[in-house]
Amino acid sequence: MTDIDNREPVSRDFDLREPDTREPDSRDRGGPRQPILSVRGLRKYFPLRGPLGTINAHVQAVDGVNFDVMKGETLGVVGESGCGKSTTARLLMRLIEPDAGSIVLDGDPIGHGGITLRELRRNMQMVFQDSYASLNPRHTATEEITFGLRVHGMSSAKARDQALASLRLVGLDPTVFADRYPHEMSGGQRQRVNVARGIALNPRVLILDESVSALDKSVQAQVLNLLADLKERLNLTYVFISHDLNVVHHVSDRVLVMYLGKVVELGPVDRIYRAAAHPYTRALFASRLSMNPAVRVGAVPLAGDPPNPVRPPSGCRFRTRCTMAEAVCAVVEPVLSDIADAHQAACHAVIPGSGHSQAEAIARAA
Amino acid sequence: MSATVETGNVASTPRAAPKRRKTGGFWRRVARHVMRDKLALVCTVVLALIALSAIFAPWVAPADPYKTSMIRRLLPPLSPNYILGTDELGRDMLSRLLYGGRVSLAMGISPVILATLIGGALGVTAGYFGRHVNMAIMRVVDVFYAFPSVLLAVAMAGVLGAGIFNSLISLTLVFIPPIARVAEAVTTQVRNQDYVEAARATGASAPRIIVQHVLANVTGPILTYASSLVSIAIIISSGLSFLGLGAAPPIADWGLMLNTLRQAIYVAPINAVLPGAMIFAASVSFNLLSDSLRTAMDVRA
Repeated sequence: MTDIDNREPVSRDFDLREPDTREPDSRDRGGPRQPILSVRGLRKYFPLRGPLGTINAHVQAVDGVNFDVMKGETLGVVGESGCGKSTTARLLMRLIEPDAGSIVLDGDPIGHGGITLRELRRNMQMVFQDSYASLNPRHTATEEITFGLRVHGMSSAKARDQALASLRLVGLDPTVFADRYPHEMSGGQRQRVNVARGIALNPRVLILDESVSALDKSVQAQVLNLLADLKERLNLTYVFISHDLNVVHHVSDRVLVMYLGKVVELGPVDRIYRAAAHPYTRALFASRLSMNPAVRVGAVPLAGDPPNPVRPPSGCRFRTRCTMAEAVCAVVEPVLSDIADAHQAACHAVIPGSGHSQAEAIARAA
Repeated sequence: MSATVETGNVASTPRAAPKRRKTGGFWRRVARHVMRDKLALVCTVVLALIALSAIFAPWVAPADPYKTSMIRRLLPPLSPNYILGTDELGRDMLSRLLYGGRVSLAMGISPVILATLIGGALGVTAGYFGRHVNMAIMRVVDVFYAFPSVLLAVAMAGVLGAGIFNSLISLTLVFIPPIARVAEAVTTQVRNQDYVEAARATGASAPRIIVQHVLANVTGPILTYASSLVSIAIIISSGLSFLGLGAAPPIADWGLMLNTLRQAIYVAPINAVLPGAMIFAASVSFNLLSDSLRTAMDVRA
């Protein structure tokens, strides 16, 4: 585990974990301790239809996900492909309708006596992975940004001013880029336009769904620095979805680990990276390559593919690939439980009284 | 090829300060591309000539297209006073071809325009909303699509009765299904793009997204496809006239002329072939032009 320390990111020109000394946000409602986003029981099953349109089965993409996002933090979301990261992001934006669950934005539930979907979307925006596909090829940078502003009732002249200001904020000179089409820009410039579109509505939460994954390393660093800068200036909260564990380590305050549609571990970034409790998290981090060639990854940390999300394993979904699986794991589904301060995990081996032999050992030692 | 050069120019030329530039920029690009494509330019000129001569037929035509003459029947081309000869009733071929262009072009273009509006709206609606809406619209369209287009046109014209207006309606009905299908296919593709998701994420309504995000990206392919249908429309409408279901004698129409001159093919082969040559020229020009449009509209080119 010592090699993790050697893997400190090179660039340290900003620190996201500084104490918050900013002016209070006029949009704030519940005070700094109230989560800006509170997600409970979020569930989405995608139906699998047969040739006659009958529903044969469901892909359990996201199944009972609970988490809070605190104001001003960056919540990293990691997990393998297909674990439900992106589905969760789209559910948060309500781009797809959840089957169940609630989303509360700074104390206001969505719909039914709370705020409308439109208001949710003004307060929460998203930046997608593919910088090219997420820009309309027929729209200039300005047209792309003004669209959302016009939707929210801004006059076209005001929207244009706001769009130019947003471009300036993301480091693009409006005199050069305002009227450029997507194919006239580089990947990094396009992703900046996407960020500009995201922040133009002055949202409180920005969901970054693999937003820097497709960029090459130097551009990635630039965009990450830009994001850190914008977060300070605009009082933003980030939900940062990525499969790049180094980047997540670099930017996150807390990390949420997903496996097969469930949250398996959630905690402060340092605890997750140094003392992960869930065997899946440990395997995930063990799969990272070291910068030090002497420290080679010998054994395969995790064998096989994730199980079929149509028919996930009983009990704990990770038990089929887990080295510590016992009888109890196949019967009882572990609940995300507190195992330390602000650190939660869903594994019988670390939950006292679960019936798992290792949990008993921990309990005896305590 | 010329498109790549063009894009390079655009990218390297620094734009003037934030000046409003509407999507017209795109259509200007398309026009420039077509102008550079020599073949497309030739087609445009040919079509323009046919269209202008048809529109100005009363002024351009050397003779009355309906004036018959029993003694001057089937004169070969280049006869004195009759540059392209006369038909089986002694009417001036050139004048009839010019007047015939009016009917044939109108019959080629107007049903395609109507069908593009109706079929495009159906297809875009089906494609954008998907699921049940798509099912409802596309299955009905499929029923019409199941019939061969010529057969459908003939059947429709047969039911509605002969006449130019009725054959226009039947041609429109024939072209709605293929256009709706193309529109549905490209819309489905576009609606799953991230930029539509991003537009939805701003809270925009479906009509707004369709107008500002979807239409701009589907009109190109739909128009390209529609323009390729014009030639087919000219041919089918000529066919309907040929069968006596479209324009009725003595109206000058290329298809009808082809029909009546058919019997004279051994006596005056060139005269008999002339209307066919006009149909050929018009439809090939439309096809090649639509090909060029397709490459010009490919933004990524």
